[in-house]
This record gives sequence, structure tokens and C-alpha cells, in this order.
Amino acid sequence: MSKSPNLVLPAIGGIALMLGVAYGFSSRNYGADTFALLEDRVEKAEARMSSASDQAKAAAERVTALELAVAEAQEQGAKGTNLTAPAPQMEGTYGLGRVAMTEEIAAWDVDVLPDGRGLPEGAGNAFVGEEVFADKCASCHGDFAEGVDNWPVLSGGFDTLADKDPVKTVGSYWPHLSTVYDYVYRSMPFGEAGTLTPDETYAIVAYILYSNDLIDDEFELTHENLGSFEMHNKYGFVIDDRPELEYAAWRAEPCMENCKDAVEITMRSVFLVETPAEGGTNSMMNPAKVEGLPSFSAAGPSFIREATPKPVKAAVEPALETEQVDDGEAMIAAGKKVFKKCKACHQVGEGAKNKTGPHLNDLFGRTFGSVDGFKYSNTFKTALDEGRVWDEASLAEFLAKPKAYMKGTKMSFSGLKKGGDIEAINAYLAAFGN
Amino acid sequence: MDESVKPTSRRAFLKGTAAAAVGSVAGAAAAGTPDPLITELQDWASITGAGVDETPYGLPIRFEADVIRRNVEWLTASPISSINFTPIHALDGTITPQGCAFERHHSGAIELTKGDYRLMINGLVDRPLVFTYEDLERLPRENHVYFCECAANTGMEWAGAQLNGVQFTHGMIHNMEYTGVPLRTLLNEAGLGATRDFEDKWVYVEGADASSNGRSIPMEKALDDVLVAFKANGEALRMEHGYPVRLVVPGWEGNMWVKWLRRIEVTDAAVESREETSKYTDVYADGTARKWTWVMDAKSVITSPSPQMPITHGNGPMVISGLAWSGHGQITRVDVSKDGGITWETARLGKQGDTKALARFYLDTVWDGAPMLLQSRAMDETGYVQPTKDQLREQRGENSVYHNNCIQTWYVNAEGIAENVEVS
Ligand code: HEC
Ligand code: HEC
Repeated sequence: MSKSPNLVLPAIGGIALMLGVAYGFSSRNYGADTFALLEDRVEKAEARMSSASDQAKAAAERVTALELAVAEAQEQGAKGTNLTAPAPQMEGTYGLGRVAMTEEIAAWDVDVLPDGRGLPEGAGNAFVGEEVFADKCASCHGDFAEGVDNWPVLSGGFDTLADKDPVKTVGSYWPHLSTVYDYVYRSMPFGEAGTLTPDETYAIVAYILYSNDLIDDEFELTHENLGSFEMHNKYGFVIDDRPELEYAAWRAEPCMENCKDAVEITMRSVFLVETPAEGGTNSMMNPAKVEGLPSFSAAGPSFIREATPKPVKAAVEPALETEQVDDGEAMIAAGKKVFKKCKACHQVGEGAKNKTGPHLNDLFGRTFGSVDGFKYSNTFKTALDEGRVWDEASLAEFLAKPKAYMKGTKMSFSGLKKGGDIEAINAYLAAFGN
Repeated sequence: MDESVKPTSRRAFLKGTAAAAVGSVAGAAAAGTPDPLITELQDWASITGAGVDETPYGLPIRFEADVIRRNVEWLTASPISSINFTPIHALDGTITPQGCAFERHHSGAIELTKGDYRLMINGLVDRPLVFTYEDLERLPRENHVYFCECAANTGMEWAGAQLNGVQFTHGMIHNMEYTGVPLRTLLNEAGLGATRDFEDKWVYVEGADASSNGRSIPMEKALDDVLVAFKANGEALRMEHGYPVRLVVPGWEGNMWVKWLRRIEVTDAAVESREETSKYTDVYADGTARKWTWVMDAKSVITSPSPQMPITHGNGPMVISGLAWSGHGQITRVDVSKDGGITWETARLGKQGDTKALARFYLDTVWDGAPMLLQSRAMDETGYVQPTKDQLREQRGENSVYHNNCIQTWYVNAEGIAENVEVS
């Protein structure tokens, strides 16, 4: 009853075109392995093409049937438990909603399609992009887009997709360049999304390509050539083929008895997980081995009962004391809200750790750049040597314009602009003092 | 259904009750001592309790304080773009309370008021429109129960048994009763005359948060059962689930259920956004990847016993309980094995009927105190049978990350303690 999602036909170009691309890549020194892999993909694509024409026919039939989709959906709704009768279908419209204005559509409709439709006018190259990237992206993604800590890696990983742990980056994995523009422009930098200009975005996208060795630093990326740029893994994707490869085989009546001769435990949980009363989890490696565990056969487990099983005590005792929250100070509460802007990089409070930025406990009275185990930029190291100490005034100045106050800081944050925000954050951070 | 209590296990049943009587001192008058909880006057039976003015909106009683969403810190770089897990081990029935239903955000959960809410429909429509929240509540609405499963649920298990707990292996799922307007009603308001042949037409949906998560949905699905929802389990959506409005895409991967839904664009191609290329695509052993793998195939798991729910009562009668679901429709049958897949018994489905919703199953059985390898296997209305880990790996290798609907195994030892394991 549920319909196959395969109505949408594969957007794969001709086979000849794909071979051309394969040769193109081989001459660009991507290595024999890649070439073989691509040939293999071409074969697969060929196989898919013949099934694609069948699918096309089926799809055409289904398109006519689409007019019935509404009625069918209602029927489907009637099949399960009917919580309410299906909503009535209007002949005309209800006339609700108002017409969207051109300016409104322009403000929100910024997505970019693979062929480049939707791109705003603009241009940029890796030379410029390197600077913008260092300023706005490198604190999380690394100077060369190689990723810091657990933050996403954006470059490298070529020829690893068939390895045990493939490194999926913009360079090795992403099929369309449009996606890079689209995502960076709308969703990055993390914590300050939507603040990049089109030119900055073109420059950053060029820099990401450059750090993947896909272009040189003079290549000018524009709204005109972005849509036709060919990514390394453009042909690496096939459309969901579970219906053909899996569903057909996995619809047989299942076995109920003597389905296997014997069963052994081959692996135990890698991590044991503790669930403390205060929330979250603590996980640790499980030292237990599979040796000595029973094996199972149709006759039952290979197990000698030593004693009557003992009841085990319940695993978790809930915490009984409730925390008394001191919400007297509205300022601190306001500061907590403002701190959301910092949370992507900083922790504060009990158990706070260094993240992208240092923890901010006991900040006032603390020397600049003095948190153990955090790698500060040179400007903070100099401040430490000079013995500069954080107080409310210096924090206010720093947070108003971080890059101006600490020239060369790697804190990618443009500053607090709204009136009252700085006072609020001061009060909030002071609450975590000693 | 006493099919599961077969004649052969009658003897075990008797043996079991004898042992249980010794084992469970708590509820019984063991060794002839009267139970003071009964014989002595208790405070709660004498002093009065909480008044009606004390808790205008209640949370579970504090004794249930451990039944909460939990995250695993090292899984992601920041809790703001991260995931937590539903405590499915401790729940029963099928509906997930909103307050403990898993969360996945790409840029944190935002506060958006109904007054500030706007929904735009643009692209290949006759009239691009803007709706307010109030407009949505004026359109005919429907109620449906659906599961929402993250495509990465059970994803770590591709590399073998990883985290010890069903909350962590299978907890990226919830099941709620949604109230909302069918998406087709809204598309009809904007008019699809411009796209009369729906072939290769898509609906691109986007959220209002800083990640502006966007996904492309083929028109056929958009006109079928997709809902623009504003209530869950009878009350407003919670902030973390997209208050005031989210998309509900029944049976399809959770990432498409865009929260804080702000824009719907009719297009003639998939946008191929980051979340449908870099993420939520499945890499196979040879390095090629499947895309547009939207449907969540049939899957089930035993929630109790499980690592967080050991058997504490000794041997004797017990209930093996779990959840089953399929993005293709109804669950028609669930089988349970206690010996790692050699022998299977058919479980009792707690409730039948909902399509693309969680089903609860029970196997009412007797434990003889011997170790077990517990597994469950779901079948849906298409006849699809939930595959084993080996079947999946044979098809897809181990690098897929997403869409792992394998049969899960718990090893229960003679003490009643359960562990996540993999079996031959
Ligand atoms: C505060 C840390 C931070 C900063 C600064 C930042 N990012 Fe990100 N970036 C992230 C996180 C976190 C994600 C993953 C988000 C998710 O999964 O939802 C991400 C994801 C990405 C991705 C997608 C990676 C993938 O493999 O899917 C790209 C591309 C990217 N960022 C580019 C940029 C660019 C360009 C900038 C600068 C303009 C930038 N980022 C600044 C944290 C950051
Ligand atoms: C994108 C990540 C990011 C964001 C967002 C961010 N910071 Fe930082 N912060 C850093 C980094 C990285 C450093 C270290 C700077 C250096 O070494 O140059 C830092 C340093 C600091 C320091 C100096 C600490 C010390 O030990 O001397 C303070 C204070 C600070 N940040 C406060 C804030 C506050 C308050 C906010 C929010 C209003 C904020 N930061 C937002 C990344 C960030």
C-alpha cells in the first residue's frame, strides 16, 4: 500500500559522459584505484539505466494516478485507527494566508540548486577566502579546514570512501558545489549563521576547494561558474535501490524452528554506560571478554546452573534532594540567556571543561590566557606574560569587539551589540566566581 | 495467547514459582513476619498530601527521576549540535511523553512565539503565500499517531555492539499523536496549477532556526500523508520539538521532520542540501553511496529486559516487552527468540492498527533461570521481515552510519543481567 519513493527518476547523465569524466579524473592523477572504482560505478550505473527505463514507464503510469493520490491518502487514513475523519478536501481554496511580497521571498528564499539556480551575484577566490576562513571558521574547522577536536573536517579524505572508516569531507564526498555555498551561507559560522555576504561566501567556498587541491588560489569562483564546477564524487551516489536489492529478498516467510545449529556470542558491548542521577551518562570500556560465555543450541544453553539465581538490586536509586534554584536576580537570568551565544565554545559552572574556548569559571581575578591545558593564541600568551587580569571593565571591552580588543585572538565571535547584554553577561559570569 | 506457555514449560513454571517465593521477600510475609507496611500506620495514610494549588503543571513523581533523556557527551563536538536519547527501556504502551522524547538539533532549540511565527509557501505555485500561526488553526485538521526515528538510530551498531543500553542503541525514536493540517491543504491554498503535472516536482522544506535545516520531499509524498503539525499528545509542541509548528513526514527519517517550519518551496529539482548529501546518505563497502533513502524499514527491539532493565525478580513468570515499527505501514507480527535465533515464538501485539506508528509487543513467558539470548524480529504489512546484522552487512558493508534496522541481541545471564552483544 505504501508507495515506492522511486517515482523520481535517477538524474544520471549518459554513460558516455560518465566515462569521459572517469578519464578526466584519471588524467588528473587521482590514481588507478579511483579509476577502477569509477569504472565499477559506470557498470553499476549501466545496470541501473536499463531498470531506469522500466521505472520511467512505471513512473509515467503513476503520474496519471497522482490525481487519485488525495483520495487514496484518505483511504489510507481510514485504514489505521481513525482518530478523526480525514480533513475535507476543498474544491477551491479557503482563502487563508496573504500573498508573499517579493522582498520577503528574496529574504528567505536563498537556497541554491545543484545547477546553480538561486545563487546571488558575486565572486571570490581562495586568496581572499583564506583570510575570511582564518577569521570566521578556523577556530572550529582548523586553518586548513582539517577540523579541530571533534568539529567537522572539511578537506582531504580522497580515496578513503571504500575504507573501514571513510573520511567524508567536502572534497572527498560532496557531490555538488552548490551545497557548500548553500550551507555555508545559510548555516555557518556556527553561532553566527546568516552573517556572511555573498562575496565572502564565494571566497570561503573557493578556499575550501583550494584546501582540497581542487583549484589553485587564483581561480575566481562566481555565480556563473559555480553551478558547473564538477566535484570529485559527483557520480558516487545511486538512488535508493533497497526495493530491488533488499525488499524483494527479505519478504520470505521467516524460519521459526531449528533456524541455526548453534549460536555463539562473538562480541560484547564495547562501552558500559552509567546513568548518574544528575543526568547525562558516563561511559567506560567494557573489560569483559567473550570467553567462558555459554553457547546456545536447539537443546538450550551450554550452561551449568551453580545456584539458584539471586535477585539483583534495582540499578538506579533516584536522587531525592531537589536543587534549590536561586532565581532572585533577574540580571543573572538575563545573562544566562545571553550566554547562549557563547555556549557553542565555552562552558561555565560545575564541571566546566575547555571546549573550543577555555572554561569561564572564576573569570574575574583570573589572569588572561591562564587556564591550564588550553592552547591560547599568541596575543593571549603575551597578555598572560604581562599579567593582565580579567575584571568587569576589561571583559566589557573585550566582548564589545573581541578582535579589536585582542588583536589576533582566535575567538571567532563578532561581539555583543545589544544594550544591556554585556552587563548581563558580567553578572552571570560573576555568579561563577570563587 | 498462552501459546508461549507451552506444556513443556509447565514444569519449569512450577520450579520457578518455588524459587521466586524464596527470592522475593519484599512483597510476601516471609518466615511468618507480618509486613510492617501493612501492619503499621504509615505517614501517607495519616498526614495529608499535596494540595491542588501546588503543581499547576506536573512532572513525574521524583521516584521516576532517572527516566530522562540522556546524551553521550563524546558523540559530538558540542551539545548544541547533538542528540539525546529517549528512555525507552522504562516506558510502556506506545505513546512517548513529550518531556522525555529524544532531541536532535543542528543549532540548538530555539524559542519562537506563535505571534512571531510565519510560514511561507513559494516557488512553483500560483500564489506565493504567508501564513500566520492563527491561519493554520483555521484550516481543517487531522489527528494521527506516528513514530519519528532519526536515520542514525542504531547507527553505532554497524561497527558491532557498542553502547550498553537500549536507550542508547534504539532511543532516537519517539511516537506521538499529532494534530495538524495536511500539507496538501496548504499547497492547494497556494495553488499547484503551475505544476499540473507533478512529475519530478519537489517540495523543499526549511526551518527557522540558525541551522535552517532544509530537505527536499518528492511531490508524491507531500500530497500523501505529510502534516504541518502544531500539537503533540494533545498539547502544544515542546520547544525542543519545534514549537510552534513542525513538519510530520510519516514513516520517513526524522531529519525530514523539519522543526520551526518556516518555508515550503515547490521546485523542479531536489535542492541536494547538506542534510541530503553530506549527511543522511549511506556509504557502501565499495565507496559508493545511496541517496534519498527516506523510508525507515521495519524494525523492533526488546526494551525489557535489556541492559538498563535487568531481571530482578528471580525466575518464574515474566513479561518480555518491546517496540516494533515500520515506515511502510502497519506491523503485522513480531517474533521473539530466547536462544539467539534458533527458535522463535510469536509475541502478542499490545495494540494493532496504527500505520507508521510504534506497536507494543509482549511475550508472556516463564524464566527458568538459564541464560538467554533475546532477540525480536518484526514483520510489516508488505511482508518485509526485519533483517539480521549479517544480512544488512552483506548488502551494505559496515560504513553506512544510517538506517540500521538489524535484529538486536541481549545476552541475559543467570543473574538476570542483560548486555548488548553480537552473535554468530
Ligand atoms: C563554533 C564552531 C564553528 C565555527 C566557527 C564554524 N563552524 Fe562550520 N560547523 C560547525 C559544526 C558544529 C558543524 C556541524 C553542524 C551540524 O552537524 O549540524 C559544522 C559544519 C560545517 C560544514 C559541513 C561539514 C559536513 O561535513 O557536513 C561546513 C562546510 C562548515 N561547517 C563550514 C564552515 C565555514 C565556512 C565557517 C566559517 C564561515 C564555519 N563552518 C564556522 C562548527 C563551526
Ligand atoms: C566561536 C567560538 C567562541 C565563541 C562563540 C565565544 N568565544 Fe570566547 N573564546 C574563544 C576562544 C577560541 C578563546 C581563546 C582566545 C585566544 O586564545 O585567542 C576565547 C577566549 C575567551 C575569553 C578569555 C578567557 C581567558 O582565559 O583569558 C573570554 C573571557 C571569553 N572568551 C568570553 C566569551 C563570551 C562571554 C562569549 C559570549 C558572549 C564568548 N567568549 C564567545 C571562542 C569563542
